[in-house]
Amino acid sequence: MPQTKEVIATPDTREIDYAVRARGISKSFGDVEALRNLSLDFPRGQLTSVLGPSGCGKTTLLKIIAGLLAPTSGEVEVNGKPVTGPGPDRAFVFQDFALLPWASTLRNVAFGLELRGVAKSERESIAEKYIRDFGLTGFENSYPHELSGGMRQRVGLARALSVDAQVLLMDEPFSAVDEQTRRKFQEDLLSLVQQENKTFIFVTHSIEEAVYVSDQVAILLPRPSRVSEIIRPTSFRNKGTDSIRRDPEYLDIVDKIWESLRSYVE
Amino acid sequence: MKLFGYQLPAMSSLILWGILWELTGRLDVTFFVPPLSEVLETLFSIIGTPVFVKALSETAYAFTMGVIASIVIGIPVGILMGKNRLLDELLLPWVNIFLSAPLTALVPVLMVLFGFGMKSIIITTTLFAIWIIILNSRAGVMQINRSLVEMAHSFGASPIDAFIKIYFWAALPEILGGVRIGVIRAVKGVIIGQLLISIVGFGALFELYSSNFLMAHFWAVLVVLFALAFTIAEFLAYLERRVAYYAAKR
Repeated sequence: MPQTKEVIATPDTREIDYAVRARGISKSFGDVEALRNLSLDFPRGQLTSVLGPSGCGKTTLLKIIAGLLAPTSGEVEVNGKPVTGPGPDRAFVFQDFALLPWASTLRNVAFGLELRGVAKSERESIAEKYIRDFGLTGFENSYPHELSGGMRQRVGLARALSVDAQVLLMDEPFSAVDEQTRRKFQEDLLSLVQQENKTFIFVTHSIEEAVYVSDQVAILLPRPSRVSEIIRPTSFRNKGTDSIRRDPEYLDIVDKIWESLRSYVE
Repeated sequence: MKLFGYQLPAMSSLILWGILWELTGRLDVTFFVPPLSEVLETLFSIIGTPVFVKALSETAYAFTMGVIASIVIGIPVGILMGKNRLLDELLLPWVNIFLSAPLTALVPVLMVLFGFGMKSIIITTTLFAIWIIILNSRAGVMQINRSLVEMAHSFGASPIDAFIKIYFWAALPEILGGVRIGVIRAVKGVIIGQLLISIVGFGALFELYSSNFLMAHFWAVLVVLFALAFTIAEFLAYLERRVAYYAAKR
């Protein structure tokens, strides 16, 4: 952890340890070009958000990193190894939660471990720990349709964390929950990044959310899709969660990003 | 339903139709409809007889084999069609043709191909039941939430795991609906097979009773057949209700 903070203070690219590197990624769906020659690096132990207007290929990039989609050209490396498909070093959090509707909270949280062949008693004791951590105690035997949207996404987060992957890929994880729950999730995410020494890749279309939660914000622009800018907030990251939204640098960055994005929003 | 503030038990409308049947029979409108009481009396008198037990077991055997065959073949074929575009393009026209085709007309062809025995009856039963099971399994798989498939994939599910733990369960409400309709069609198939191919089982009883104008016997067998089909269909409907809690929220 202390090492990570040093890295933020000295933005020398050679000293940063990257968990994930995307190099020259292009992806076409038929005639539609989703990504063109996109390169982006993700520092270890930090949260990088990928921000951009809709249709700029954010989710496509995330799915390529996850190994769910193959790039047309280019390569993704996780810990120096090229990605050829999904792997135990990455876990995915879905926008629509992707919970098994026929399974209880306990089984859903443990489902990632179940697919990896962990024995029932072991995976359930791990799942119970994350159920406690995510405030789902008492709902172990509830089914997804009995839970609120916020609780469902906590199940999704608990499932992703319980497999103990080094890289967490989050595809607009808070966009389907209500505004107040969303703010709480953003605060919780900050402490999660602090506690867990994991690399978070966070796709969002909300400027405020991206600036609030990120160590590094990559702005993607469409037509053709590319990384137009990388912003690293410096001054407010170590302040309390409740003062960030009033910090002058926070407000400046939000304004600046809106300036560069507004021309792409019809 | 409520009547004058009283909660009526399920299927109480049957009582009304039963009374109507009884009255029609007693009025001697036609010899074809004997009173219900007479039919039930006949039913209890023949239900233990060796002839009836033999007919019941022959019919039950052909029916069970036909239903098992159509489930064991139909569900995997339907799931594979839903997953694989090429297979779907190849098979879907045939499934649709056979679903709506007058299968009775095919029975003579089956007799030529498979002989006059039990085998042809079982195949007829299967042909009646299988198409709707295939179509429903296919529909169940096609409406599956893509993120569930991606989720399983991202956590490293093997194809067989994905098949058993995701596709089958996600499609289960539709599959059960298809099996329920398929079973009802199989009842039709087994009787038509027994009437046309070789005169055995309930088919033989229908033939025997109707040609001898034993209408009370005829109706008694029909009542038994209806009750059996209804019980199986209701059991499957019960299974469907068991999965209904997630059917609407996938």
